[in-house]
Amino acid sequence: MQDAIAKPKSSKLLYWLLLVVLVIFSLATLFPFLWMISASLRTDVDLFKNPMNWIPQTLYLNNYKEVWTAIPFAQYFLNTVKLSVIITVLQVVICSMSAYAFAKLKVPFKNTIFILFMTNLMMPWHSIMVPQFSVVSSLGLYNSHTGYILIQLFSGFGIFLMRQFFMSLPNELNEAARVDGYNEWKIFWKIMMPLSAASLSTLTIFTFTFMWNDYLAPLIYLNDDVLKTLQLGLKGFQTEHTMDYGLLMAGTVIATIPMVVVFLIGERFFMQSVATTGMKN
Amino acid sequence: MTSKRLANYKSYIPGTLFILPAFVLFAVFIFVPLIYGFVMSFTDYGGFNVTPNFIGIDNYVNLFQDDYFLVSLKNNLIYTVLFVPLTMILALFAALALNNVLHLRKYLRMAFYFPYITSMVSIAIAWGLLFNPVSGPINYILKAIGIANPPEWLMSSHWALFAIILVAVWKSFGYYMIILLAGIQGIPEHLYEAAKLDGANKFKQFLYVTLPSLSPTLFMVLILTIINSFQVFDLVSVMTDGGPGRSTNVLVFRIYQEAFINYRMGYAAAMSTVLFLIIMVISLIQFRLEKKWVTY
Repeated sequence: MQDAIAKPKSSKLLYWLLLVVLVIFSLATLFPFLWMISASLRTDVDLFKNPMNWIPQTLYLNNYKEVWTAIPFAQYFLNTVKLSVIITVLQVVICSMSAYAFAKLKVPFKNTIFILFMTNLMMPWHSIMVPQFSVVSSLGLYNSHTGYILIQLFSGFGIFLMRQFFMSLPNELNEAARVDGYNEWKIFWKIMMPLSAASLSTLTIFTFTFMWNDYLAPLIYLNDDVLKTLQLGLKGFQTEHTMDYGLLMAGTVIATIPMVVVFLIGERFFMQSVATTGMKN
Repeated sequence: MTSKRLANYKSYIPGTLFILPAFVLFAVFIFVPLIYGFVMSFTDYGGFNVTPNFIGIDNYVNLFQDDYFLVSLKNNLIYTVLFVPLTMILALFAALALNNVLHLRKYLRMAFYFPYITSMVSIAIAWGLLFNPVSGPINYILKAIGIANPPEWLMSSHWALFAIILVAVWKSFGYYMIILLAGIQGIPEHLYEAAKLDGANKFKQFLYVTLPSLSPTLFMVLILTIINSFQVFDLVSVMTDGGPGRSTNVLVFRIYQEAFINYRMGYAAAMSTVLFLIIMVISLIQFRLEKKWVTY
């Protein structure tokens, strides 16, 4: 890597060429987002008349006002925040608890249960969504936030990630705490959880992003308008207002902003969670 | 003796309690549905409170005479065959390039990864507008550079699936790029130094050091992309709704339609079993081949 500096001219030229290609490629990757923002800030008349003027002459902010009244956007937004936060918190706690047991405690049939749990990593949710729907319906939880929350709380990935971390901690830590009169519950909350801040952040960000963007499960489980999430709202909005480009794009931009914020704050943890996937084997 | 056994039992209590919530959730919402779905696939269950009838393997027999299902399976295979190599090539190129670049590294990594964290629905809506044959910028550009009759994209039964594949590749290559980048950076430096001592140029280093060392990661990305390609739903649902005609109908979309629009739950459960088997076969192949194919 360092020898890029001390290289002959031809390879230096090659280096800059590669960089230029990469920058062009990155702009092409980001183009749909730039176009989204641009379209949301223009009137549809302007958009259709001058499709190539991507930088708006005058900022037209009306789309951002109108989108909140055209559909119950605020309701969708609140539902999404509520569901994403509740699911993320509960899933992280439940997964960490069982991961701690797998790593440090005595559990009957520990290996069998762990292997059973890990089949969840290979088996796509889509292949059980039909019978799962029947089970949830027969519990009377169809068309409720409770039903949707319950199906999302178990995560094989979460348990795997946290178990890996807990196993890296020395057993002496637990033994010392037990000598000091700590029970397992206290050890878990006072010692284990604070130590695993990095892994917890990784899992939190991973789960939150997934829940915020989830579409198929809410589509199946949430029927009433008051229960719907942003993704469902946007899809419904698209069906009704096929040609209201500006309005549609304002909606998608607002729905994307929280993810951008989360991404910028937790970029490090994002990369870590992906790299962990790479180490799964 | 009894007190010893009691103490032994007691030592299991905390661990059992810690695992209990996850265990109950797993049992009720994953394990029971898995078994139930298999049973359901031998019935004519139609949802609601109608008592299902046991119909043996009829669902499975019908499945392989059902044009609609076979078309969705065929479309899904086309999707897999194009999505997997395109994504892998792009991801590998981006990862290798990023590994050799010192400037703008952080920006480039984020730019390529960014589409992955945005919602499928948002980007599917945006791409739907971009692909609009009349008013969208893509065909505007194509016309401007001299292509008189650009494809009608999502409105054409020839191009719609291809357009969806393009968006899927764009959306996910950054994710696999990060995995590959982590793999490349994990290759020990001394291997390159040894290769350099032997007079290997950059290309030969790539061929004889990077590629073999990266093969476990590449193999895993291959499996991940294949499995991923059998789960495509959001893009189809938002961009084309399976159309025009049946041209973009894929496996999960077909399952969704049968189960939740036509209420043929038993039939949809049989389709789900097929999906399950496809994924299991891929996973088994992974298990078997991992040791043979991968050179460490």
